[in-house]
Amino acid sequence: MRSPQDIGGLPEGPVDTSEHSLTFWEKQADGLRAAVGAKGLMSSHESRRAIESLGHDAMERLTYYERWTAALSRQMVDRGVLTQDEIDAKVAQVRQRLHDSGELELAPGEAEKFA
Amino acid sequence: MSGDHHHHHDHGHGHAHSPPQPDDKVHSYYQILSIALKELLIEKNVVTAAEVRRFIEARDSITPANGARVIARAWVDPAFRARLLEDANKAVGELGFEMTTARLVAVENTQEAHNVVVCTLCSCYPRDLLGLPPAWYKSRAYRARIVREPRAVLQEFGTELSDDVALHVHDSTADIRFLVLPRRPAGTQHMSEAELAALVTRDSMIGVTVLDQVA
Repeated sequence: MRSPQDIGGLPEGPVDTSEHSLTFWEKQADGLRAAVGAKGLMSSHESRRAIESLGHDAMERLTYYERWTAALSRQMVDRGVLTQDEIDAKVAQVRQRLHDSGELELAPGEAEKFA
Repeated sequence: MSGDHHHHHDHGHGHAHSPPQPDDKVHSYYQILSIALKELLIEKNVVTAAEVRRFIEARDSITPANGARVIARAWVDPAFRARLLEDANKAVGELGFEMTTARLVAVENTQEAHNVVVCTLCSCYPRDLLGLPPAWYKSRAYRARIVREPRAVLQEFGTELSDDVALHVHDSTADIRFLVLPRRPAGTQHMSEAELAALVTRDSMIGVTVLDQVA
């Protein structure tokens, strides 16, 4: 069976050749990933392993930088840099803070993704 | 083919067409996860905020113009062209560009053969030379189809290759990134290296387009 990222040769529709510039958060996610990589904590191979381990569902459902972020989270846990409990607690804390400051405007379906 | 997509600009999933704003509201779980990871990694002294900012700035400063300088040099300097095809990491280093993570391989378009680059598994790309890959390069449609029906995909980019031109598709990996050396357009004999560099497009260095003749 093909792993989820192994899509070379599969039938697909036309290529959307339009340009999309990165959003602020995507640039942040890219910079964070690069900074962690520069510390030797996430090589290209480790990044690929982490993204592939997210499974078929994530590959279909998540956007590119959502996959990167999910992979970074997994890699930090697997490397023993962070624990899942720490991450969950910090996510809850950041969510509350953004809510309190009026900066949170969750899109439909997003609230269900929190642990 | 792409005029009727993405009617919603406020869904926070990375397709917003407006330029990024630091005061954008936070819309998604993964945005919050990204913020949380950054704060934790800073608290634990794994990275600093300044380092993350420097990487963002460095990324913004790398554009396809860097690659265009390499191509123009190869067009005007046959010895450089030979070095580029022999050892691209070393050759781009001569122009001050550093490939930090991977081996760079330059593939030359000729009258007989055209080259196009993909990363079927994800998004490997010569980022250190060309900047971040375009959205379509990371798309399922491009990755899946370019290896099976490359001529049809090139047509979607407006590129018609004659049937007697061989087409080579190069699949990138974490270890090897490819740079297409496009053919120098006709009508450019009088041009300076800088003028030539201005003709070279990102898409021609990925190989989905060829450069137009200069009138």
